[in-house]
Amino acid sequence: MSKTHVQTTINGEPTEFLCEPRQSLLEVLRETLGFTGTKEGCNDGNCGACSIVVDGVLVDSCLMLAVEADGKQIGTVEGLASPDSLHPVQQKFLEHAALQCGICTPGFLVASKALLDHNPNPSEHEVRHWLAGNLCRCTGYDKIVRAVLDAAEEVHQSA
Amino acid sequence: MPANNGYKVIGTRPIRHDGVDKVTGRAIYGADTQLAGLLYGQVLRSPHAHARIKSIDTSKAVALPGVKAVLTGTDLPDAGDQIVDLGEGPARLKYLRDNVLATDKALYSGHPVAAVAATSVHVAEEALDLIEVEYEELEAVLDVREAMQEGAPQLHDDMTTQEFGEDTGRKSNLATHFEHRLGDADKAFAEADVVVEREFQTATVHQGYIEPHNATASWNADGQLTVWTSTQGSFTARAQVGAVLDMPISKIKVVPQEIGGGFGGKIPIYLEPVAALLSKASGQPVKMIMTRPAVFESTGPTPGSYIKIKMGADNSGKIVAADAYIAFESGAYPGGLVGAAAMCVFSCYDIPDGRIDCYDVVVNKPRSFAYRAPGSTQVAFATEHVVDLLAAQLGMEPLEIRLKNNATTGTRRIDGVVYPKMGCKEVLEAIRDSEHYQSSAPAGPNGGRGISVGYWFNVGLKSSCTASVNADGTVSLVEGSTDIGGTRTSVAMQFAETLGLQAEDVKPQVADTDSIGHTDVTGGSRVTYATGWAAYKAALDVQDQLCERAAQLWEVEAGQVEFDDGVFRSGDNELTFKELAGRLEETGGPVIGRATVDPDSGVGGSFAANIADVEVDPETGKVDILRFTVIQDAGRAIHPAYVEGQMQGGSVQGIGWALNEEYFYSGDGHLDNSSFLDYRIPTSLDLPMIETIIVEVPNPGHPYGVRGVGEANIAPPPAAIAAAIEDAVGVRPQELPMKPDRIVAALQAHEERAAQAAGG
Repeated sequence: MSKTHVQTTINGEPTEFLCEPRQSLLEVLRETLGFTGTKEGCNDGNCGACSIVVDGVLVDSCLMLAVEADGKQIGTVEGLASPDSLHPVQQKFLEHAALQCGICTPGFLVASKALLDHNPNPSEHEVRHWLAGNLCRCTGYDKIVRAVLDAAEEVHQSA
Repeated sequence: MPANNGYKVIGTRPIRHDGVDKVTGRAIYGADTQLAGLLYGQVLRSPHAHARIKSIDTSKAVALPGVKAVLTGTDLPDAGDQIVDLGEGPARLKYLRDNVLATDKALYSGHPVAAVAATSVHVAEEALDLIEVEYEELEAVLDVREAMQEGAPQLHDDMTTQEFGEDTGRKSNLATHFEHRLGDADKAFAEADVVVEREFQTATVHQGYIEPHNATASWNADGQLTVWTSTQGSFTARAQVGAVLDMPISKIKVVPQEIGGGFGGKIPIYLEPVAALLSKASGQPVKMIMTRPAVFESTGPTPGSYIKIKMGADNSGKIVAADAYIAFESGAYPGGLVGAAAMCVFSCYDIPDGRIDCYDVVVNKPRSFAYRAPGSTQVAFATEHVVDLLAAQLGMEPLEIRLKNNATTGTRRIDGVVYPKMGCKEVLEAIRDSEHYQSSAPAGPNGGRGISVGYWFNVGLKSSCTASVNADGTVSLVEGSTDIGGTRTSVAMQFAETLGLQAEDVKPQVADTDSIGHTDVTGGSRVTYATGWAAYKAALDVQDQLCERAAQLWEVEAGQVEFDDGVFRSGDNELTFKELAGRLEETGGPVIGRATVDPDSGVGGSFAANIADVEVDPETGKVDILRFTVIQDAGRAIHPAYVEGQMQGGSVQGIGWALNEEYFYSGDGHLDNSSFLDYRIPTSLDLPMIETIIVEVPNPGHPYGVRGVGEANIAPPPAAIAAAIEDAVGVRPQELPMKPDRIVAALQAHEERAAQAAGG
């Protein structure tokens, strides 16, 4: 199958790749470009492990074709931290022990940052509602919700 | 913050050593494995629940450009009649092998029948469509009681029932029938003042780990095989691959990648031997990732069950007799989990006379495997209901009857085990003393509260550790236990405590099967217990060697060097661990500590309990969890945050099992809900915070008192929620899940009975 040339931006870096029209963005991120921080849990949009941000919108990358990335700004878990520090959601996940196996963690972090970008002062209910598209089987969500609320507090204070 | 328990490291909450890798996306899980020339494998699965495979024609698939290898079941070595013991008791090798790739029969919808390796996953999928399989469809049987009936479709033509250890020669889907007896149950029931009997059913459910099974294999020209996989046990995976491929284990290296959840379901192998043979045939490395539908259709599930419980008590509230009938589906192959259920069914109570009658039955579903305290949740749902009914008939509170009958040190279980020091009573007392229990139950006509208790026995098994002392005073700790939930840290903390180091001074890593001694699976709540023990022993080994080094420096006998709180002393001489570590070069070179353990005694079981507040919507049957507390005896909580995490996670799995999780099979045996949309696990929006109370009754069989906390917490939730539903609306389902339509039907039946009673 002939391939399509795609020009996009990933975590601020202009990026080009060739892909088949049938390939999902998730597959290309992982298998072609090496961004394996974005995880596959279901490949049908029901678990959120592959969450990324596309032009500021939270997206399941398994549900988006790679060719659709053309001209877009893509953000993955690999782009959350700065060279000298973790993003507050990352730091708070560690402090609150909000991960066990860690497979859902990148998706939760990307989704949580998207929440805080959109609503810097969420209630517990708003956090639970926003994260309902991300499944975690290990933690029961308690520590995840606490970590996000604590990160919001920190983002708030430093703003 | 220092721990308030006499320890410096144990009981604190350091950031896990692998944490930064896991929040930055840098941790490498099985599916992240990349190798030059990598091919992608896919599996063709049976669409039929029960069918004879008459022929498979792969010629069109082989001819597709990009396809590099195609396999069917006949490409696996013939297993003959071999019996193998790979750590879970003797089993027929043919069953293990046929579950990897079927040969003569497909025994469940989703059973693998062929596999392809190609240059991309899409080409491999296209090739699967070109494989022509001729099936002779057979009638399927999906329910444990139907499968036991005479005349039921027989899954295995040559399987006969083993009864009380003897082969009956009788062909049946009933693989094994056994029982445990203690005392004289008939006499005790005859003398009881109150006797209650009820029957229960529980649906097949899945572990639901978010990471699909995966395996990457590279078969070298010299016959050496390397497998990268997400597994709960790299050594167990190696043994299974060796058995299925008829290879010596020395030819196989299993590299455990990070693992995205297991809960028991990643102990068995599925893709590993297939990827290996595809690599052998193609001459290239092959990566396979299971699709999510295949995960549901072909792996995991925990058994559906039919259970009958009878219990008797005297007028004082003492439980005097118990009788259980437990029939578990083992799925397509025998060797299920009913034995573990028997060890849990009455395990929370001290009962002098009883009987446990158990049935292991094959049905046309995937081979069932362990799921967190396997078997315990099903039987806790049943037993706890009957205990509540006894209490109601005797005019006792549910907590009162439990505290009158709780198992304790010296209790002999009906299956023969005599308890060492156990924390059942302390867990129940923690319910009583909790703010939650003492607060008002939910107000309103549809709110209710329930309690329950559950158990898991935990296991010991083998673990190995090596520890290299670095010149800067840190230690590189190598272990064989794959880390699913933070055990690198709980193991490293025990090492650090022993040598007076900080948790951060120890750098734990999980090694492959060529790089560390044999270590059994991450399962049975054993890693913090047994691998932690190995780390403790390795630390003592380091300590002994460093005492000798200090003795050399000070020109004294090693026996004259004392070690306390991270400092070596002899007379006026004193060196900290870090100072001495910097002087190894001048005293003989590097120091490596090592230890293996196989603690067959000392394992400490764990009890867990719940207080659940619910609200039931009588119109829709929906049950909301308003407040939920989990209490568990950890023995010693090494890292309390991750202990709480186990308790919370197990509770929520139990809540999902209680309220909505189940396999839906169509009449012909096709799994209709093989996605996370239709197999609905709890989301963040379905839940409140999960409150935790850690009880510590130190296990006298472990140097730091550890029991292991991974499992018991899944057992009590369905029973506590059922009790809360009854408290709320007066009906108590005897079938899991307690889904909305079942609640509505129960309420309607309840109203009809009430109307009839009023009318009559």
